[in-house]
Amino acid sequence: MTNDDFAEIAGVVRRRSGIVLTGDKAYLLETRLGPVLAKFGLASLGALGQRLKQRPDDVLERAVVEALTTHESSFFRDGKPFEHLARILPKLVSARAPGAALRIWSAACSTGQEPFSIAMLIADTLGPRPECRVEILATDISAEILTRARQGVFTQFEVQRGLPIRSLVKHFKQEGAKWRVSPELAAMVRFEERNLLNDLSAIGKFDAIFCRNVLIYFDAPTKTRVLDALSRRLMPEGVLYLGGAETVLGLTDRLVPVSGERGAYGISTQRAAA
Amino acid sequence: MSATDEILQRDCLVVDDSRVVRKAARRFMEGFGFTVREAADGSQALQACRELLPEVVLLDWNMPVMDGLTFLKAARAEFGNGQPAIVLCTTEIAFEKIVEALDAGAQEYVMKPFDAEILGSKLAQLGLLQAAA
Repeated sequence: MTNDDFAEIAGVVRRRSGIVLTGDKAYLLETRLGPVLAKFGLASLGALGQRLKQRPDDVLERAVVEALTTHESSFFRDGKPFEHLARILPKLVSARAPGAALRIWSAACSTGQEPFSIAMLIADTLGPRPECRVEILATDISAEILTRARQGVFTQFEVQRGLPIRSLVKHFKQEGAKWRVSPELAAMVRFEERNLLNDLSAIGKFDAIFCRNVLIYFDAPTKTRVLDALSRRLMPEGVLYLGGAETVLGLTDRLVPVSGERGAYGISTQRAAA
Repeated sequence: MSATDEILQRDCLVVDDSRVVRKAARRFMEGFGFTVREAADGSQALQACRELLPEVVLLDWNMPVMDGLTFLKAARAEFGNGQPAIVLCTTEIAFEKIVEALDAGAQEYVMKPFDAEILGSKLAQLGLLQAAA
């Protein structure tokens, strides 16, 4: 693979997903694009670079992006955001206008552990018949990974990462060696394919947004663009949760840290007043 | 002095009739900062608890002499529900078995095979380890 071929592949990935692949990530292409080469009958990464350069190919470009997107996930990952959400849920519920739904967005939901963790938290905190409707929107850039997430089926290994055994027994049904989320939990989550770089105004506003370990793959201008877009999807009292290694500082003045809650951000009061 | 007063912090008892499993569990738990004692069945485990009540017990289900569930019930009857924390680590993965163990007083349940990450995650849920950031 020549430098031009690498640049071609990296350019497609950046244009479609915002993910920046620097030269030191060439190994990722080697390790992850093998199945794509086989599927499209391409002999090498060089051949892939040439094909992408010759003509636009939506199916091939989508396959390349999906193969290079990280799908690492676990239930109740990092713990703290879920503990914080559980604490503020009563306040968020009481702040709802009559008849309005409590809305939470898992903005890079991967295989579904995050939105189903949120669903479990809400079911356990608010009870089986909460006093307001609850909508959990789960989106991801990868159609393939969303197909898996929609199934709501997890391996024995996956359900043991972060999920307390009592939650497993309460919210899942065993199917052979796998575990399926209960119909009640599945009904709380709606999955949609969404690219965070596209117009998001159609999805409405949210009381809480989880967008964790996504910004780390973007360059600074793209981080700013995505943070501004997320802030516009947040209700005035809403909370945005980022990953532990992510921040808004130096990127946007629309969001400010929630005092004492690492990784939690709210709308800037100056912005809210403006 | 009651057995409860003699709890030695960071002490773990690994109960499994497989020497290989005990060795692996020992390695994981020592990596988390625990000192580890071993027992090959429930009867040996009860004796070990009477000598010194551990903070946590990793407990196999199917063992000769005294199985894990029998130990669990006996330990809860003798030492109470708070200590030690008891985590089943077993190939018994049927839903009904898990519920049976929880009803008998197990705090957590690990389905074999497991690794250090799964074990650490379960211990963190019990407040016995700090959750990974």
